[in-house]
Amino acid sequence: MSKQEQHWEKTRNLLFITLAIWFVFSIGIFLFGAEMQESSIKPFGYPLTYWFTCQGSLAIFVILIFWFAGRQEKIDDEFGFTEREGEQ
Amino acid sequence: MIKGKFIDNLPKVYGIYTGGFLVFIIIMAIAEQAGMSAKMIGIFFVAFTVLIYALIGWLSRTLQTDAYYVAGRQVPTVFNGMATAADWMSGASFVAMAGGIYFKGYGYMALLVGWTGGYVLVASLLAPYLRKFGCYTVPDFIGTRYGGNLARFSAVIVLTVASFTYVTAQINATGTIASVALDIPFEIAVYVGLASILMCSMLGGMRAVTWTQVAQYIVLIIAYLLPVFWISNNIGAGFFPHFMLADEVARIAELEGQFGFVKNSAADLATVPKGLAGITKPHSSVNATPWAFISLAVCMMAGTASLPHVMMRYFTTPSVRTARRSVGWSLFFIFLLYSSAPMLATLSKISLMDPNLATGIIGKSITEVQALDWYQNWNQAKLMFVSDFNGNGTLELNEFFMKGSAVVLATPEIAGLPYVISGLVAAGGMAAAMSTADGLVLAISNALSHDVYYKIINPKAETAKRLIVARVLLVLIGFAGATIAALEIQGILGSVIWAFDFAMSGLFFPLVLGVWWKRANAPGAVAGMLLGLISGTAYLVWVRSGGSGFLGITQLTFGIVGAAVSLVSMIVVSLITAAPDAATQKMVDDVRVPSGKTILGKQH
Repeated sequence: MSKQEQHWEKTRNLLFITLAIWFVFSIGIFLFGAEMQESSIKPFGYPLTYWFTCQGSLAIFVILIFWFAGRQEKIDDEFGFTEREGEQ
Repeated sequence: MIKGKFIDNLPKVYGIYTGGFLVFIIIMAIAEQAGMSAKMIGIFFVAFTVLIYALIGWLSRTLQTDAYYVAGRQVPTVFNGMATAADWMSGASFVAMAGGIYFKGYGYMALLVGWTGGYVLVASLLAPYLRKFGCYTVPDFIGTRYGGNLARFSAVIVLTVASFTYVTAQINATGTIASVALDIPFEIAVYVGLASILMCSMLGGMRAVTWTQVAQYIVLIIAYLLPVFWISNNIGAGFFPHFMLADEVARIAELEGQFGFVKNSAADLATVPKGLAGITKPHSSVNATPWAFISLAVCMMAGTASLPHVMMRYFTTPSVRTARRSVGWSLFFIFLLYSSAPMLATLSKISLMDPNLATGIIGKSITEVQALDWYQNWNQAKLMFVSDFNGNGTLELNEFFMKGSAVVLATPEIAGLPYVISGLVAAGGMAAAMSTADGLVLAISNALSHDVYYKIINPKAETAKRLIVARVLLVLIGFAGATIAALEIQGILGSVIWAFDFAMSGLFFPLVLGVWWKRANAPGAVAGMLLGLISGTAYLVWVRSGGSGFLGITQLTFGIVGAAVSLVSMIVVSLITAAPDAATQKMVDDVRVPSGKTILGKQH
């Protein structure tokens, strides 16, 4: 497998992990909205589903993107595909 | 302001700007104490901020194509994040979203999840690759990746339909705010809003829009957060509302149980002015089916990843790496406002509902409420209404009506904050609507000038002529948008949601598969774009004209139909026609590697 193919395979795997986490917090948990609302877990005292829609999922997305960017940069570095300064 | 020097001094320039704006707020507060009228404060706030944006727009004027189309590709990560956040957060986010949550509760909170979750798709599926491509516009990517004028033109059609739907809503929002703040009729205010929008974008294109959007973000975030924190402290709910409103949320649920949701008769409702609503849904309980919630969230997420005015912001960063990080910063700046919207809705509701608070009006006598200053103001603007349906002389929960967009604008007054805060909020709403309208008008006119005029009609056109065409189109599109906005066909939030559905129907899969599926070819992409857009639109028309719909897909989620048709037709047509040639496949390989030259040259 060429260097480029290996790079793309790693990139694709990172995409799948990222999308899996994204799926859980954007779609997955809301399949159980009514059940979660009754849960005794209450972040900051808010009902659980309400909290996820207000803050939880949103904050997780922010962290997820920065994590993803960091991992992708590592993959690019590993294969020497990092951009050089001033390259257009 | 010299370009290189300006970029290096950004933190300082915007630091001074922010400080200056805070000083301006304080001066206005002092002026209010000294007896300046509410009307004058409103005029000062809106006029002062709009003049500053216009000044930035004028200072950023340019005669170069790469500055006009992509701000010279030198916008630093964090500042691009701020600009994107302003580009993204429109009148719908600022003015209408908290109102939607206020009235509809959980069902509309899908918008919060959808409008943030979409950025994960932008960061992982599209933005870095489109940046590597080096295109000026989104159709530029489609046209080059798939090849051929038909693909390019189809992308322009989808872009125009989606962005134009969106921009009418934004011009509508600027008109609403300008009419309230400046006290002029809506039909005229719409054109005042338009003039301010054009002043920012016409001379400097993307460069001017970028630097005004950063300035607009600063105004809108201060304007949104200040009242939330202030009200929360005022009613003793906690100094950091985001972590401390659990008691208030529980109290609202208790009060809802106590007051009950009484259904009004049709005859009573007929007396309520058009567009106003009462509280009919519980505040925090899960009152929508999983599918209703998820389908709306999915449409907003896929729409986010297909809207050209957002995507083109990531064409302006210096590199692929910064494009990726910039998406994270964008979402962080958006998060600051979105996590506050439900808090604002909560504070607004408790201020009105709780009889223990001085501001509570439910349970008071109707005549007492009608005598309130703020009630009279907002009632006159046809944004608020009370009526004693049951004739018992006191105001019940089901007898109070408000327009969705009034929740954010009127809450400071309802909660008893000084008028200076209302002026600030009006300026913030204006900033939010203007910044998005700028991005949208520019996205449309760039697509028409670069992709239709330069790439299809007259490839030999000189730079000067291209930029004149771009500016003429900008003005024409602005006027067309304002004219339609003045007709008020659909509310702000409704039209914005439609725009996401249109974009998702036609562009989501052609964009994503362009990067992630090498086998995708031009006939497939054209089929995907056109059939997706047509089927989505057909479904919308069908449901609007009384059709029953299927699978619980409503007029707000028709993008699911469009995108499904788009995906299937794109795959089928791609597979039954010839695979893309070797040069195209090589292009896709190059896009996937961050280093090296962009596919399209610096000037093209």
